[in-house]
Amino acid sequence: MKLTLKIWRQAGPGKAGKMETYPIDGISPDMSFLEMLDVLNNKLVTEGQEPVAFDHDCREGICGACSLYINGEAHGPDRGVTTCQLHMRKFKDGDTIYIEPWRAKAFPVIKDLVVDRGAFDRIMAAGGFVSVNTSGNTLDANSIPIPKDDADKAFDAATCIGCGACVASCKNSSAMLFVSAKVSQLALLPQGRVEAQRRVLNMVEQMDKEGFGNCTNTGACEVECPKGISLENIARMNREYIKAGLLSES
Amino acid sequence: MGFFTSSIGRKIVMSLTGLFLITFLIVHLGVNLLTLVSAELFNEASHFMATNPLIQAMQYVLALGFVLHISQGIILQIRNKQARPQNYAMNKPATNSSWSSRSMILTGLLILLFLILHLKDYFWVMKFGEMPAGQTDYDLVTGLFQNKLYTLIYVASFILLGFHLDHGFQSAFQSAGVNHRKYTPMIRKIGRVYSLLMALGFSLIALYFSFAN
Repeated sequence: MKLTLKIWRQAGPGKAGKMETYPIDGISPDMSFLEMLDVLNNKLVTEGQEPVAFDHDCREGICGACSLYINGEAHGPDRGVTTCQLHMRKFKDGDTIYIEPWRAKAFPVIKDLVVDRGAFDRIMAAGGFVSVNTSGNTLDANSIPIPKDDADKAFDAATCIGCGACVASCKNSSAMLFVSAKVSQLALLPQGRVEAQRRVLNMVEQMDKEGFGNCTNTGACEVECPKGISLENIARMNREYIKAGLLSES
Repeated sequence: MGFFTSSIGRKIVMSLTGLFLITFLIVHLGVNLLTLVSAELFNEASHFMATNPLIQAMQYVLALGFVLHISQGIILQIRNKQARPQNYAMNKPATNSSWSSRSMILTGLLILLFLILHLKDYFWVMKFGEMPAGQTDYDLVTGLFQNKLYTLIYVASFILLGFHLDHGFQSAFQSAGVNHRKYTPMIRKIGRVYSLLMALGFSLIALYFSFAN
């Protein structure tokens, strides 16, 4: 395959960047999108140019490290996959492919296609956990009966890998799908109920502080999410927030 | 951070005021449809709406509903714009969302312009203005549609209103936390029927009196 790549190049945080054009040849349709970028980077290094920086780790679609806004869509034109699981057969020979970083004030560009998703970590640190006593008398989690439906919904929410495609796809750069998945995976389970009120208040407060936009229910996040996280979670987070906001004594 | 200044709190305000305005539109269309029945009936209903103390009190609640919905909508739009300082060079939003859902601020602001025109020509005249001798509310309502451009502006606004309501109706429930695998598909269908009825109903009245004579 012969392709024309238009890639966002930016030397560092706060620096001015621009789209650069790179022609590339000899790409196999069976390569993953990241392997195609590896080929480009090999070529750039051989030519003595700066390789394109992009995030990746497991390349199995489960770690949430890879990102990329490809031809106007988060993780590219395929559905239910991350960029590492996107294959070049989804493109045609001779295509022009735009490759951009996630765009959000809360996700500043570090270099080229790499953005700082530390905002998600700070939201998790604000409440995305359960406090468990590990001092030698830990209880077996299965000793508390949990309805199968609740366990399934919690599991579905927990499949969120925190890649940030929801923020990138949302016209408002809203993080509500991510935050709601993390609120839901714990709020649905008895172990998570204990801190549910404080959790939703703190996580939403941190989300607002980070400068994410507000959900306008366009549903773009749900469509582009590689893990198919449902909008039901956002409604659940709103319910949790209303309950907590009305009942909280602080 | 206060409940109503948080991201979700603001969405709740949009949702509740939106649902309130949705209810108001049903009453408004109901009264207006009486113009198609008879002039006397409409004038009677109009007189009732203008004099009943409960309706008078509700006018202020309605005004507050409009002010909150519009101001909060504009604030949210500004904040949402600020959340993405740099746009994409290539973006394909149509692959993942509907035009109506992405254009709430556009349809909303155009409906606001319409609302200003509408209040100036009807509400203001009926409430504070001097009606010419012998002219009833019915004459005022039907008379303005003799102007074809005026009718066009109205019908275009009702179509925009339809799009705004189609997304707004189901969105209001979602924001308020009402999402259920069984009922949400039903809510979406009711919203679609409701917005079609509003757009067609109001347009029908405008077109009827534009072409009646």
